[in-house]
Amino acid sequence: MHPITTVHYMALSAALLLIGTVGVLTRRNIVVVLMSIELILNAVNINLVAFSRAFGADHVHGQVFAIFVIADAVAETAVALGILIALFRNKETVQADEIDLLKW
Amino acid sequence: MLIDTVFFYIFAAMTLLGGILTITRRNPVHSAISLIVSLLGVAGLYLLQKAEFLFAVQIILYVGGIMVLFLFVIMLVNLDAAAKEHEFSGQWPVALAAVAAVAAVAGWFLYHGRSAFHIAAPAYGVIAAGGAGNTERVADSLFQDYLLPFEIASILLLVAVVGSVIMAKKRI
Amino acid sequence: MNFLDLIWLIPLFPLFGALLMLLAGKRLDPQPASDVAVAPGVEPDGGALAHDHAHPNAPLKFLIGLICPGTILLSFLLSAGAVWQLSGLPHKVHQVIQFSWIAGLPFHLANGQMGTFQADWGFLLDPLSSVMILVVTGVGFLIHVYSVGYMAHDNGYYRFFGYLNLFVFFMLMLVLANNYLLLFVGWEGVGLCSYLLIGFYYHKKSAADAGKKAFIVNRIGDSGFILGMLLMMSVLGTLRFTGVATALHSGQFTAETAGFGVLSAMALLLFIGATGKSAQIPLYVWLPDAMEGPTPVSALIHAATMVTAGVYMVARSAPLFQLTPATSSIVAIIGAGTAIFAASIALVQNDIKRVLAYSTVSQLGYMFLALGVGAYWVAIFHLFTHAFFKALLFLCSGSVIHSLGGEQDMRCMGGLKNKIPITHWTMWVGAVAIAGIPGLAGFFSKDEILWQAYSSPLGSKTLWVVGLATAAMTAFYMWRLMYLTFYGKSRVKPEVEAHIHESPRSMTVPLTVLAIGSVLAGWLGTPKLWNLPQFFRAFENWLAPMFGAGEAVREAAHDASTEWGLMGLSVLIAIAGIALARYLYNTRPEIPGRIQASAGPVYKVLYNKWYIDELYDFLFVNGLGKGGGRVCGAFDRDVVDGGVNGAGWLTRFSASVSMWWDTWIVDGAVRLGSFFVKMLSYPVCILQTGRVQTYALFVVLGVLAIFGYYATR
Repeated sequence: MHPITTVHYMALSAALLLIGTVGVLTRRNIVVVLMSIELILNAVNINLVAFSRAFGADHVHGQVFAIFVIADAVAETAVALGILIALFRNKETVQADEIDLLKW
Repeated sequence: MLIDTVFFYIFAAMTLLGGILTITRRNPVHSAISLIVSLLGVAGLYLLQKAEFLFAVQIILYVGGIMVLFLFVIMLVNLDAAAKEHEFSGQWPVALAAVAAVAAVAGWFLYHGRSAFHIAAPAYGVIAAGGAGNTERVADSLFQDYLLPFEIASILLLVAVVGSVIMAKKRI
Repeated sequence: MNFLDLIWLIPLFPLFGALLMLLAGKRLDPQPASDVAVAPGVEPDGGALAHDHAHPNAPLKFLIGLICPGTILLSFLLSAGAVWQLSGLPHKVHQVIQFSWIAGLPFHLANGQMGTFQADWGFLLDPLSSVMILVVTGVGFLIHVYSVGYMAHDNGYYRFFGYLNLFVFFMLMLVLANNYLLLFVGWEGVGLCSYLLIGFYYHKKSAADAGKKAFIVNRIGDSGFILGMLLMMSVLGTLRFTGVATALHSGQFTAETAGFGVLSAMALLLFIGATGKSAQIPLYVWLPDAMEGPTPVSALIHAATMVTAGVYMVARSAPLFQLTPATSSIVAIIGAGTAIFAASIALVQNDIKRVLAYSTVSQLGYMFLALGVGAYWVAIFHLFTHAFFKALLFLCSGSVIHSLGGEQDMRCMGGLKNKIPITHWTMWVGAVAIAGIPGLAGFFSKDEILWQAYSSPLGSKTLWVVGLATAAMTAFYMWRLMYLTFYGKSRVKPEVEAHIHESPRSMTVPLTVLAIGSVLAGWLGTPKLWNLPQFFRAFENWLAPMFGAGEAVREAAHDASTEWGLMGLSVLIAIAGIALARYLYNTRPEIPGRIQASAGPVYKVLYNKWYIDELYDFLFVNGLGKGGGRVCGAFDRDVVDGGVNGAGWLTRFSASVSMWWDTWIVDGAVRLGSFFVKMLSYPVCILQTGRVQTYALFVVLGVLAIFGYYATR
């Protein structure tokens, strides 16, 4: 077996990102869509950490970036779920298809 | 290092499988649990990349915080009705085709450029003199080079707190 | 005093009388509230309306009876003076032209030259018109005097005299005119007055209808007259009598002995006018109905003057008729035919005035017979004598009717001889005169006509036979009238019998004067055969030179014995007629009833006037009149109203087209624009689903596009 290079991590990141994208585009349940977004963010983190490692053990910029991404993901999730709850209170539904008011 | 490769594939499989399960389970709780599995896999991958701080943060924050939050919200939102609805939206063929195309193109890019990302592989297990571990290095970087983004991130979190409280209130 | 230059005054006296009646008549003779002039014999409420006995407060009414006849008397005196002075002139022609009435409108003559259409207001006095004015004013005066008595108890007294004066004015205009157009003015005027006077009792429908009939039938003749005048103007270039005579004798025109030319057409058209006015076939139908008017009207207008206007006009046109033997033959044939036709109808009539009316038509036929065979002065002579005895007969019949309180049916008369003696004797004179007994007026004129019919180059034995037969019938029906009215047993209705009274002096004096005239007038025209002094041939000497010298030549062609023989034959025929009448109606009065029963159909045809009125009704009144009305109605409905409806339809149609255009083309263009916008916007609208996942898909597709770009670079 060939050693795991950065490209492997990139491929894994791409695959996870695309899985997350499929989830965002396809699932009707908004909670699952939010979870798919988490998958996307995690894919990005994997990429960041892989590249950070590729530049050497001292090179931690990528990891710091990844921390910020996590912090951002946290904030975003909190607010998104708050919006979801507000939406659920008004519309009694968490299906993305049924929330289509902002159109002509 | 064979063990690295093996663990890599184990954690990679965990991540990917968890991800696939997340997006395909009808029951959102199952999706959440699958996501937890995926996140744990990602944490393992962090560990393999010698990002121990991040590994810990991932587990504590992501799994312990966000996923719990998710689970609470799933409980709040009516599950029974959601369980009987269609799972996938009407555009799933198009979405799948587009993503497959992007995957094909991205795969082609990666394959053609696989030699471009050769960065000198550092020696594993070399602990630098001075005994600075990963966490110390991260802390150094975070509080010196990236202090401003750190503060801004804290404001971001404050905003998120306020925002989510207000969003979830019945009467603002 | 130069009466000749004052002849223009002759018509104006009666006109003054008429105007006075128009302006002041009602004040002189106030009318009762319901101004109904009711015919005698028709009394709607026991005579209270017709007779104004309850009208003592009309003190000035006598003025009407004084003024109106007075104007006629003045005209008569002036006429007599003028004629006396005329006789002293070498050329017995005097023309007075007052002013140019229609002044010269240029037009093209028939031969291409330019002429001017002009007519003047002028008066001509020559032997012919002198006879006429004396007859009109003389007989007219007597009839006016008679009317004072006859109409005394009628409503509308002033109206009657006004109309009568107006009539005399127009008649004098007619006979004194110096050109055809002014003659036509008088012609129309007398027609108008005839209408007014026939329909005098206008509340009675039959009277009003008779007035209309007279006017309309007259008008039909007038159309011929007008065409004749226009043709004359176009061919000869003038309408003045003297001008026409000059043009015709100038040698430009030859006698149209062979066939029918322009002059014959002209003469025929003028003659058609004469048939209308003088009641010949085919336009005689108005005259019997005209008896609806008061009896003085019948006497004046329909015996003595108006109906003779046609005879006068043809005599005036003698130069024209002398050149057209074809038309003259037509005139003679129609005259003779009318004479015998009318006499046949008069044989069986029961209304006294009807008998006299048909007798008038018959005698007028004699006059036209004379005109047709070229004996112009003889026709005027018969006109002269006929005026006397026919006016006399009519006035006497009026007197009879008046004395019987309105009865006109001879079947309810009889035995009146001793009750109304003056009327009886004057009527006896008139009947003898018309029968043609020698010594009285009718014999001389009628016998002369029969002789001319026999001997003239234009005459023929057939015409003479017809004339003779008519003479026989005339004698018969006249004396039938006399026997039925005056002799025999009285068949008068009991309630009338008590009131039989002789007429007042205002009526009997004119009767006496006319009777004397009927006896004496004839002696002015004795036949040459009798070789009497020239005085007894004054009429012929007075008139004949006007009409050319051809007659002397003619008379020499036949010998005296023929003439004596014919004269004797006509006298015998007259006596035979009288004797037959006496036999049938006096001696054996039951026979006529048996004849009537056995010859039923013949009697019926004669009694119903040969059904001519019914024929005219069918052809013209219903055919042309109502048929024309229907055609015009259909034209009005379908073409005129159809045009209007069509215009309306067209408007609506164009409005609908416009609406279609507006809806589909104009609005369609607008809607097309909006349609395009919608169609173009629709695909874009689809993209905005409002769902976030769709937008996320677009993001991914965009990524794919960018990747694809870089992949293919």
